[in-house]
Amino acid sequence: MDSKRYDSARIGDAVFKGTAWFFAASVIALMALIFAVLLKESWLSINAFGLGFIWTSTWDPVAMQFGALPSIYGTIVSSAIAIVIAVPISIGIAIFLTEMAPKRLKGPIGAAIELLASIPSIIYGMWGLFIFAPFLSEHVEPFLIDYLGFIPLFTGAPLGIGMLPAGFILAIMIIPFISSVSRDIFQMVPPMLKESGYGVGATKWEVIRKIVLPYTRSGVIGAVILGLGRALGETMAVTFLIGNAQEIHASLLEPATSISATLANEFTEAVEDLYLSSLVELGLILFVITFVVLGLAKLLISRFSYQGGKF
Amino acid sequence: MKKIMMLFAAVFLALSIGTARAELINGAGATFPYPLYSKWAYEYAKSTGLKLNYQSIGSGGGIKQVAAKTVDFGASDAPLGAKDLAKSGLMQFPMAIGGVVPVVNLPGVNPGQLKLTGDVLADIYLGKITKWNDQRIASLNPGIKLPDNKITVVHRSDGSGTTWIFTNYLDKVAADWKKGVGFGTAVNWPTGVGGKGNEGVATYVKRIKNTIGYVEYAYATQNKLIHTQLKNKAGNFVDPAIETFSAAAESADWKNTPGFAVVLTDQAGKNAWPIAGATFILVQKNATECAKAKEVLKFFDWAYRNGGQMATSLEYVPIPKAVYEIMEAAWTREIKCNSQPIWGK
Repeated sequence: MDSKRYDSARIGDAVFKGTAWFFAASVIALMALIFAVLLKESWLSINAFGLGFIWTSTWDPVAMQFGALPSIYGTIVSSAIAIVIAVPISIGIAIFLTEMAPKRLKGPIGAAIELLASIPSIIYGMWGLFIFAPFLSEHVEPFLIDYLGFIPLFTGAPLGIGMLPAGFILAIMIIPFISSVSRDIFQMVPPMLKESGYGVGATKWEVIRKIVLPYTRSGVIGAVILGLGRALGETMAVTFLIGNAQEIHASLLEPATSISATLANEFTEAVEDLYLSSLVELGLILFVITFVVLGLAKLLISRFSYQGGKF
Repeated sequence: MKKIMMLFAAVFLALSIGTARAELINGAGATFPYPLYSKWAYEYAKSTGLKLNYQSIGSGGGIKQVAAKTVDFGASDAPLGAKDLAKSGLMQFPMAIGGVVPVVNLPGVNPGQLKLTGDVLADIYLGKITKWNDQRIASLNPGIKLPDNKITVVHRSDGSGTTWIFTNYLDKVAADWKKGVGFGTAVNWPTGVGGKGNEGVATYVKRIKNTIGYVEYAYATQNKLIHTQLKNKAGNFVDPAIETFSAAAESADWKNTPGFAVVLTDQAGKNAWPIAGATFILVQKNATECAKAKEVLKFFDWAYRNGGQMATSLEYVPIPKAVYEIMEAAWTREIKCNSQPIWGK
């Protein structure tokens, strides 16, 4: 007797399923299309330079000779510096907020971090150029050169702009992301686990080290990857601080460049087809790097979450 | 529901008609003349009611868009060669002149005090002269005590007409530069730090000691940077100023250069500033909309005749009368619609 209602429900189900499928598939389709367009537009450059594009370090718009190595190197190294600085600080902030902070501090500090995450990157860039770079060149870099100058990483002139300042600014920019996600993850640790820890006489440090961190490992790695993804693609702040030189130096104090900085700098005035195509190929490389990094992250998370379950 | 949709449609229609009428002339291109063109457009709209919309998307984009006829005119900081103009069916004419100025940050040195020549400047940018007290700089500046410090070279990181003019000058005066680097809106810099935009270079030079950079004249004066003197082709040391830029424009041979692709660097005039350059407008030679093409030319004619004061107040150099009369004669000759000239008597 209710067959009509049953039918309409079935139709509704089918429509809903179809729509959901459509939306899910459109994400994949969009990505495939972006990839296809990047590939098509960079075809000229791929044909001209082949795979050598990736490990050639000449970038000469006058002679129409292009190689991506300085940009790729700068992207990876500046992001790596950012991660090395940002991860311990972010996890420290998250642990403080979830395990130690008195209740009346949790709200304000949490809100401040979320506010930091919403500042546009151009503001970080301007601040970096006008305030942070002079500070680095007067106070931090002379110190590094004087005391650590025997390591090739810290030689050169204290300009306040270069690979290290770019890494610093990236670290500042991704700390809010990593710490706010980590905080949410730490809050998901079942109180019973922690209380049993305290019950058997564990100290706060031991509970954090042996219970909270192992339980949340996969989530925290996810948060770090989120930050890394942002650092790899960050444009404006890096362009202001990295020094924009198509060179590879051992020293972190020397000017460098990154893929996104090269794109931001040169896209507007690139007239010749091969020049434009090489810039698009840089974009394609960034796309692939980001894709590989995220893929590796997924792999890591799936392995760690399995171990995390056993801890 | 239907009513609301209708209302939306009506409002949308009204808006689109409104904007279509308001933005009669569309242009796109170089960022360097953007403040000037928007000032002119504003004043022109006040006196004639005609609106002009200029998007400063970069010379490359401007050239592409005018060639594809998606805008009514394009703008480029570097002149297009006669061959490229013919290929896209375009005509170009200069609209304003600017000067590029070497600026330094040397404690104790005042504006206009330091003297440089083209080949010394080239060798600094090639990384061959690395210290401020180098013999070649010192011999040009006997009265100045130069420090024993490393020179930090600052250049533009983004592709720009400023770089085009600056490197074109070095290319003309220094054989090593020509061989090793060449000229263009972006080049493969042998040394130095890249700042984004004129403001980026100005900031670096202002903040970092012992630097040398190059910026548009307006940025040098606004930021009170320390400019240098340069030796011009006639052998005189000159200061950058509206007069010396004009001198460069007047001594150029506009009439006999194909496509008016005149480059104002290293001009022969007695007082000519050696790193000057014009910024150009590009229009289609065979206009498809006659009335509109005429409106475009009318605007530029108005700017040539009435825009000089506004240009000077924004630190641009207006095109001298002798030069724009040559251009307007060329409009009559070259710009046609239905095979009929659209400008002139």
